[in-house]
Amino acid sequence: MKKDVVVTSPTVITSPVLEMVVPEDAILVVKHLKQYFPITTGFMKTTQLKAVDDISLFIRKGETLGLVGESGCGKTTVGRSILNLYKPTAGQIFFEGKEIKDKASIQEFRKKAQMVFQDPYSSLDPRMTVADIIGEPLDVHNLYKDKAERKEKIQKLIELVGLSSEHATRYAHEFSGGQRQRIGIARALAVNPQFIVCDEPVSALDVSIQAQIVNTFEDLQKKLGLTYLFIAHDILVVKHISNRIAVMYLGKIVEVAPSDELYDHALHPYTLSLLSAVPIPDPDKMHTRKRIILQGDVPSPLNVPSGCPFRTRCPNATPKCAAEQPQLKEVRPGHFVSCLYVD
Amino acid sequence: MSKIVKIHDNGLFPTRDNVLYAKDLQPGHFFRKNGEVYEVFGKVDCEIGPEICKFSVSDTKTKVESFMSFAATEVVDFVHLLEVNNLQTTFVVGKEKVKAIDGVTFNLEKGKTIGIVGESGSGKSVTAYSIMQILASNGNIVGGSVKFQGQEMVGADEKFIRTIRGARISIIFQDPMTSLNPVYTIGNQLLEAVKLHTDLDRAEGLEKCIEMLRLVGVNSPEKRMKQYPFEFSGGMLQRVMIAMALICEPDILIADEPTTALDVTIQAQILELMRELQKRMGMAIIIITHDLGVVADMCDEIAVMYGGKLVEKGTAKEIFYKPKHEYTKGLLNSIPKQGTRERLKTIAGSPVDLLNLPKGCRFSPRCASCMKICLEEYPAEMRMSETHSASCWLNVKAAFEKEKEGDGQ
Repeated sequence: MKKDVVVTSPTVITSPVLEMVVPEDAILVVKHLKQYFPITTGFMKTTQLKAVDDISLFIRKGETLGLVGESGCGKTTVGRSILNLYKPTAGQIFFEGKEIKDKASIQEFRKKAQMVFQDPYSSLDPRMTVADIIGEPLDVHNLYKDKAERKEKIQKLIELVGLSSEHATRYAHEFSGGQRQRIGIARALAVNPQFIVCDEPVSALDVSIQAQIVNTFEDLQKKLGLTYLFIAHDILVVKHISNRIAVMYLGKIVEVAPSDELYDHALHPYTLSLLSAVPIPDPDKMHTRKRIILQGDVPSPLNVPSGCPFRTRCPNATPKCAAEQPQLKEVRPGHFVSCLYVD
Repeated sequence: MSKIVKIHDNGLFPTRDNVLYAKDLQPGHFFRKNGEVYEVFGKVDCEIGPEICKFSVSDTKTKVESFMSFAATEVVDFVHLLEVNNLQTTFVVGKEKVKAIDGVTFNLEKGKTIGIVGESGSGKSVTAYSIMQILASNGNIVGGSVKFQGQEMVGADEKFIRTIRGARISIIFQDPMTSLNPVYTIGNQLLEAVKLHTDLDRAEGLEKCIEMLRLVGVNSPEKRMKQYPFEFSGGMLQRVMIAMALICEPDILIADEPTTALDVTIQAQILELMRELQKRMGMAIIIITHDLGVVADMCDEIAVMYGGKLVEKGTAKEIFYKPKHEYTKGLLNSIPKQGTRERLKTIAGSPVDLLNLPKGCRFSPRCASCMKICLEEYPAEMRMSETHSASCWLNVKAAFEKEKEGDGQ
């Protein structure tokens, strides 16, 4: 990765917090993104909930970046903030080199970046037909000349995601979970985007259907050259689909690496325990492998521990971890870890 | 566990055989003699006299321990801890009757763990609810039997069921956030189970609750007893649910998707806890889940359900390494493998619609190796080994071809 060093603004992040060199083919660059939510904690008292606290990342064109972490660690918020569904508290987002900040750029950005949601049951309007659901983004962005073209586009999209054209006039409740997720994907593809945030798109589905949807995502990527930010908590699925994986803990990225590298040579103690906690469908391996069982729960994001956020559950924590905040550093090419004791 | 298995002429094993010879009794077995149910727990000793074996037993009703001796060949009526036989449950939906489970058969032994896996709608939770008899008002058990230590539970009066439900067989539910009452304290809800099923007074009961919370790893239980469910995290609430289920020291714990709502690191904690408690208290566990990783980790035996039928059952190793039903094979293939990045092999189509069941094998519309007979007739269960059985025509075909080959030579 050192090869693709390009020193042109805005693709170089220079800050004491993170020295990350962004390759030239990065389609999306996120710099120091912060997303705080005000929470009422008492009479006339509000506290900042730091859902995402200073993260930086980049995604190359045509690549899939996996984002894993436990519930409440802020992975969904990252996806939504990137798409400006929440207005970020601080930080910059660049898409194809252009910064996304004002209304015009957001509008333009949303034609190129779309989202597939987790729950296929609540993310489709029960009173709209499939054709209307898929056609809505076309209406919003004025992407057709006449009704015939709209209809044709919808038919193409329906076939693209593996449904049949007679489904167009039906309502969402007539479909199974996997088919609904396909409708959600067709809706995201309607504006012909380059980048899709997939927010836990397979978690609500049965195992046999999960595989179908994962294959659909891969096929579409090959066919249309899409770039994905794939958010999930199932590390096996994420490893399968991603080129690189970022691990989040309490609003921070603790480790980023190419997916095989992360799976085989994880370095951060949280990633290690996360990997050892994943149940592998193989009885012999399960009975022989060493497990790291973490003590305790994820701390509340309202009350993040000082220093390293993971220190309260870390088996190797020392007093130094409470005093000093670790920074992401590159320990091997492309492998970034944020831990004081990893070199 | 050893069972006497008669081999049929055609080389196939019979589907069920509950007859046991005295010499094959093992600690943990239950058996019936003269109408009484006994549990074997001492060492079975067949060396005492000519063909006489002697062992310690405990009366499961009075818990009185005694010795018993049998002629070593004497046939006793073998009783499993839990025997589910051809269980059928239907739900009335509008004018139609939906067969949520249709002929589920399995046995559970003391201290063992069985996993029931399947897709949503395959009937795994309904199986659990039917065993506990906590079905919704439109659901009815229409056939089959559930025997707990040899006592029939289907059709038994509610008073009898109540002595078993919650006390001898208890359940933990999928979502701990919604299965506890938000307006009562944790202590209050735990105490309810103690009051209902034991003779302990309030002070003793409270002590028992605190002890139980400590056992499941809840810190400062005295303080936690006075708190409400919203003050707990998901993992902690699931611990409370486990404490509540185990407070009467049940013989069977049914865990209905116990970790689906939890994160992986918390899931690992809860599974470890269940394993530890099982070792300590010796209960049998039924785990209901769709996560094949969880069953690989926890279970001795696995039952795979599809469309309300139990399609395959066997030991964990048999199911994972020698699956004999096309659905099980498909399920195992559709999980991302370690080390490779091949395209996932999928099962085509969508899950079966219970209102619109196919005529023959329920998996036939999605099966890649579907034959003509699969569309017409439901395959009978066939035994591969003492512990492994599956309902698939392909096995019948394979056995038939093997036999033909044998004849030719």
